Amino acid sequence: MAKQVLSFTVNGEPVEALVQPYMTLLDALREDLGLTGPKEGCGTGDCGACSVHLDGKLVASCLVLAHQARGRSVTTIEGLARGKTLTPVQDAFVRRGVAQCGFCIPGVLMSAAALLAENPKPSEEDIRYAIAGNLCRCTGYTKMIEAISEAAGAKG
Amino acid sequence: MHRFDLVTPGSIDDCLRALKGRGPDVKVLAGGTDLIAQLKVGMLKVATVVDLSGVADLRVLEGDAQRGFRIGAAVTARTLERDAKLRAALPSLSESGALVGSIQIRNLATLGGNICNAAPSADMAPPLVALDAEAVIAGAAGRRKVPMASFFKGVRQTVLAPDELLVEFVVPATGPRSGGAYLRHTPRRELDIAVVGVASQVSLKDGVCAKARIALAAVAPIPVRATAAERALEGQPLTPQAIARAADLALEAAKPISDQRGSAEYRRHLVRVLTRRTLTIALERATA
Repeated sequence: MAKQVLSFTVNGEPVEALVQPYMTLLDALREDLGLTGPKEGCGTGDCGACSVHLDGKLVASCLVLAHQARGRSVTTIEGLARGKTLTPVQDAFVRRGVAQCGFCIPGVLMSAAALLAENPKPSEEDIRYAIAGNLCRCTGYTKMIEAISEAAGAKG
Repeated sequence: MHRFDLVTPGSIDDCLRALKGRGPDVKVLAGGTDLIAQLKVGMLKVATVVDLSGVADLRVLEGDAQRGFRIGAAVTARTLERDAKLRAALPSLSESGALVGSIQIRNLATLGGNICNAAPSADMAPPLVALDAEAVIAGAAGRRKVPMASFFKGVRQTVLAPDELLVEFVVPATGPRSGGAYLRHTPRRELDIAVVGVASQVSLKDGVCAKARIALAAVAPIPVRATAAERALEGQPLTPQAIARAADLALEAAKPISDQRGSAEYRRHLVRVLTRRTLTIALERATA
């Protein structure tokens, strides 16, 4: 049960880490790589706070073993912006004051980014469907939907 | 998290070698949405986990309505939800994939995982049973096929031996005038577990029902076929009256328990309602 070398790409950079076989991707990102944007809420895949993109697909990183990401590409909230320039959806979240406690927001933004990458012009129903796996205990869903909708417009 | 060793085979044969001679202390990992959660909460303890993510052969997806389909055990719920050919040809299976978890779960969760976890409420089981699908199982002695109607042995128990691997599902051609549907009842639309699920599949010939399959989830220890209801439909025109009678007869296969998701009485009510609705949708699709 020794640590094993894990090579993968995180936010565009090749990364190597020594990781226990039973460690989750979420724990490796947070504890070994210092990327604390993805959060542990429930730890069992129900809340969406740990959402990241794995090879471009939205996943709950608390249910992925770190070693399952070997050779693959992971994007976290830290890798969404280009340098200091926020994406339109991040910018809309800031300007509209979407975050309340803020714990769910990195996960929500990863869901929104996955949606907009596939569907640049989502309907309100599409947006609700896309963030249905993200629980916000502050219940701040209305502003999230407005901000994602605005960002979709800005992109077009 | 419970501690374990991790094996990462690159092929089905590598995987079988890793499983050889092992018992229940080894588990294969596909999507992880059940297994990792169970290991985290201490529901399950194993010495070794065999990660299937490097085995590309388990993600095969090929076929069409005329030839039938091969669907790899590691095809994700999200692929079932979104693959255009699958949605058109096997709508019940596609619908069951779309109902599981959330998008971040469906991108991980696999068809084979949902089946091998063998929860009585597994959404993808009734469509496979109603489609007369077979499970292809690889072991040391070669491959065997098991009809999905006999795959489950009890709550979280299947015909799989610890050293065997579920490789793929073979779904036979449904025929030109066939339709299917899967519906479940849950209090919440997302991230919930079926109180009752029903899949129906009907094929028409010369104005009557040539073949009917109805499979029920979460009303018995394993997914069950409603054979009395199927027999009552075969050879008959699918009138609203015939469908209503089949919905009543479907209750004969249901042996529900009362638990936190619903009472046995409520589940019997849901069996009748969802059988009627899925048969009605299946008929519409067969005639479309």
